[in-house]
Amino acid sequence: MYDVVIVGAGVVGCAIAREVSRYKLKTIVVEKENDVCCGTSKANSAIIHAGFDAKPDTLKGKLNAKANLMYDELAKDLDFPFKRNGSLVLCFKEEDKPALQELKERGEANGVPDMQILSGDEVRKMEPQLTDEVVAALYAPTGGIVCPFNLTIALAENAHMNGVEFAFNEEVKEIVKGEGFFIVKTGNKEYETQLVVNAAGVYSDVINNKVSEEKFTIIPRRGEYNLFDRYIGDMVTCTLFQLPTKLGKGILVSPTVHGNLIVGPNAVDQEDKDNIDTTKEGLEDIMAKALLSVRTIPLGNVITSFTGLRARTDKDDFILGEVKDVPGFINAASIESPGLTCAPLIGKYIAESIKEILEAEINPYFNPKRKGIVCFSEQDEDTKRALIKENPLYGQIVCRCESVTQAQIVDAITRPLGAKDTDGIKRRTRAGMGRCQGGFCLVRNMELLEQELGVHFTEVTKFGKASSFVVGIDKEDL
Amino acid sequence: MEAYDLIIIGGGPAGLGAALEAKRQGITNLLVIDREPRLGGILMQCIHNGFGLHTFKEELTGPEYAERFIEEVVKEKIPYWLNTMVLDITEDKKVYALNAEKGLVELQAKAIILAMGCRERPRGALMIPGARCSGILTAGAAQKLVNMKGYMPGRKVVVLGSGDIGLIMARRMTLEGAKVEAVVELLPYSSGLKRNIVQCLEDYGIPLKLSHTVIKIHGKDRLQGVTIAQVDDKRQPIMDTQRYIPCDTLLLSVGLLPENELSRKAGVELSSITWGPIVGPHLETNIPGIFACGNVLHVHDLVDNVTLESYEAAKHAAEFIKGEQVKGEAVLVTATEGVRYTVPQFVENEPKAPITMRFRVDNVYRNKYLAVYFDEERIVHKKKRILTPGEMEELTFSTELFKKHPKLTSITFKVERS
Repeated sequence: MYDVVIVGAGVVGCAIAREVSRYKLKTIVVEKENDVCCGTSKANSAIIHAGFDAKPDTLKGKLNAKANLMYDELAKDLDFPFKRNGSLVLCFKEEDKPALQELKERGEANGVPDMQILSGDEVRKMEPQLTDEVVAALYAPTGGIVCPFNLTIALAENAHMNGVEFAFNEEVKEIVKGEGFFIVKTGNKEYETQLVVNAAGVYSDVINNKVSEEKFTIIPRRGEYNLFDRYIGDMVTCTLFQLPTKLGKGILVSPTVHGNLIVGPNAVDQEDKDNIDTTKEGLEDIMAKALLSVRTIPLGNVITSFTGLRARTDKDDFILGEVKDVPGFINAASIESPGLTCAPLIGKYIAESIKEILEAEINPYFNPKRKGIVCFSEQDEDTKRALIKENPLYGQIVCRCESVTQAQIVDAITRPLGAKDTDGIKRRTRAGMGRCQGGFCLVRNMELLEQELGVHFTEVTKFGKASSFVVGIDKEDL
Repeated sequence: MEAYDLIIIGGGPAGLGAALEAKRQGITNLLVIDREPRLGGILMQCIHNGFGLHTFKEELTGPEYAERFIEEVVKEKIPYWLNTMVLDITEDKKVYALNAEKGLVELQAKAIILAMGCRERPRGALMIPGARCSGILTAGAAQKLVNMKGYMPGRKVVVLGSGDIGLIMARRMTLEGAKVEAVVELLPYSSGLKRNIVQCLEDYGIPLKLSHTVIKIHGKDRLQGVTIAQVDDKRQPIMDTQRYIPCDTLLLSVGLLPENELSRKAGVELSSITWGPIVGPHLETNIPGIFACGNVLHVHDLVDNVTLESYEAAKHAAEFIKGEQVKGEAVLVTATEGVRYTVPQFVENEPKAPITMRFRVDNVYRNKYLAVYFDEERIVHKKKRILTPGEMEELTFSTELFKKHPKLTSITFKVERS
């Protein structure tokens, strides 16, 4: 019998898992994909929002600014890349200036510190690439950028080292309500548990509607992005938002925490929960809108495009907490932006209610710290030498674009909850995420998966399931 | 800190040729560095034949061509480091390298030859809409899987782009048992060699769809198919020509980019056309003592041309090392009216040795004239039955010719009607 089954190993599920591991509870995270961080958590703007956007009376408004301020300590404890680069909301028309002021006031009500309204010239001094159309901007120094993969992976690994189990490739098919317990059925397995936490992202409506009469519907809202080569990553330093107007919410142009440039997202509602295809119109749309903010963006420097789905309901707010008609069933649903930012605080909030329901005791062995994979290229020379001395594989570069060493890749595969496919390696180490997009290192990464996991070369996949790379050996079909 | 007269970065055909020629020129304190576990570079996965027709008057496979140079390098006892990544080079020719055995090393060179080759343009740069499933590989990555590992990346294949590797891989996949449905090329002409179109596509009945492109990629986990469409003269898809092709593999052969990450770090000035360093007649970059040759300088059609260029670069590097470099006044070379670029991008007055200019045209031209002007005077006017962007052109100018034009200020390359 489990105390808690968490459905979904995205950033929210993993944040809840970590917070729950502070208590003496038997917990398992059940995930339908091959790895953590496979849905919305892997495909978003990677922004830690300052918190001026949401209305103060919403959950988003209450959690955002507070969650933002957790990140310095969290990044230190869990060893993931995070940077407070500051954010700017750009205003393009004199008549929209009152809206900028309103945004500032909303931010203040939400508890966002140190905001300032800057004139067009002042903000162009900060960001010389801004267009002349910018007449004013709201500057929020607490805005930040994060590696969403390593944030999620770090939360999961830390939860796991504190006792939380993880099950992958298990899709929850059925949840049976008993007297004071549930049976969560995944097809292969059944988990008996006291509590169920629904952190199933775009599928959280499906999970909720299996057990509760208080039904809701997630309407996935697609957002498409272009990611650019590091060559132009330093074009801007702050995250540039556009002031929402009647014409729409605008798109962002931002450096990433790894030094790339990201542009996106558009916002198109769709029914399909799995369709993450990019579209010509979507990518053209975001690039056209980006040119409102910055003078030029060299399109030839795009290294990849992707789509993320925001898990959105028409409530336009998070759905958090125990469901009234089903005691023991707890939602962490409808988590759209600023969900990534709020995840650690959502985790705390949900874990505290779990503690109260189950009257859980503190886990005295809880260790809040987790050590990530060493990013060799970012170390100073002495550290690099020491690392190679200890493990010569740090001297062997596998991914040349991102300078990822074999030692890092082996660590990514062999550590608890390690990578099982090439996308898993990519998200943990960035091998294959650079300008050649794995053209050179793909085969080497496949060999390392084969070697470290003891699987056959033909079984190596991009992201589990049927995402194979090779179908057989040469000439076997002749 | 170890000191070398010459450090060559890259042990592919350019680096090997440069090393051998440097040795012939009397440079003995030299080092070749390569990141792979063996010398030979990308040639080692090019198991098809057709290499070396000019250099050896024989048709060799890639590994055979490389082996001829590797054997020489071993015989000449030229030192080389494998599995070694050069992390940084500086303007004052320090080289920072990394390998498992030696760790981080700092080397000082008198001269450096850049011979890092090129890489393939990935899918991202094309922004082809659709799924991000497995089954989409660059032609080079597929070549490595098939030729080096012995595994098939798929059974039904569409190739996007008609660069030489794409054409070669269309044939290879067919020979290994896959069905290649089509090679799809955005431009109205192939960017590959004519002989490859004949020997790799026509001989196997593989359709080449010119002025077509992939407009959508379909699939969830694994690729299920692609939608292709014809494009108009602005390269925009014509929607009512779209057609779905079921396939499990899409190979991309959509351009090669000289790999100049290290060159940038040293402050080497790059051309926005070739994406390689801007060089003068000594194949020397704007940084004195840093030379370049092979695909890192500009993408070549034939390895034989890489070899020749590597010899030139090594000769000039040797002169530099020995303090024998003589520089004349710069003469700008302009590529215009049909000529996309030339390498070198400028020459010098009164050269000591003949100068070979390599260049490519920007479109297919039939029955046109290739013209070269020394200032206002047309000194080359050569009828060409066909000029195509896929084939590199070459002209060599004698020292006498320059002597006849002592006050030369500019050279212009163009394609003319008559």
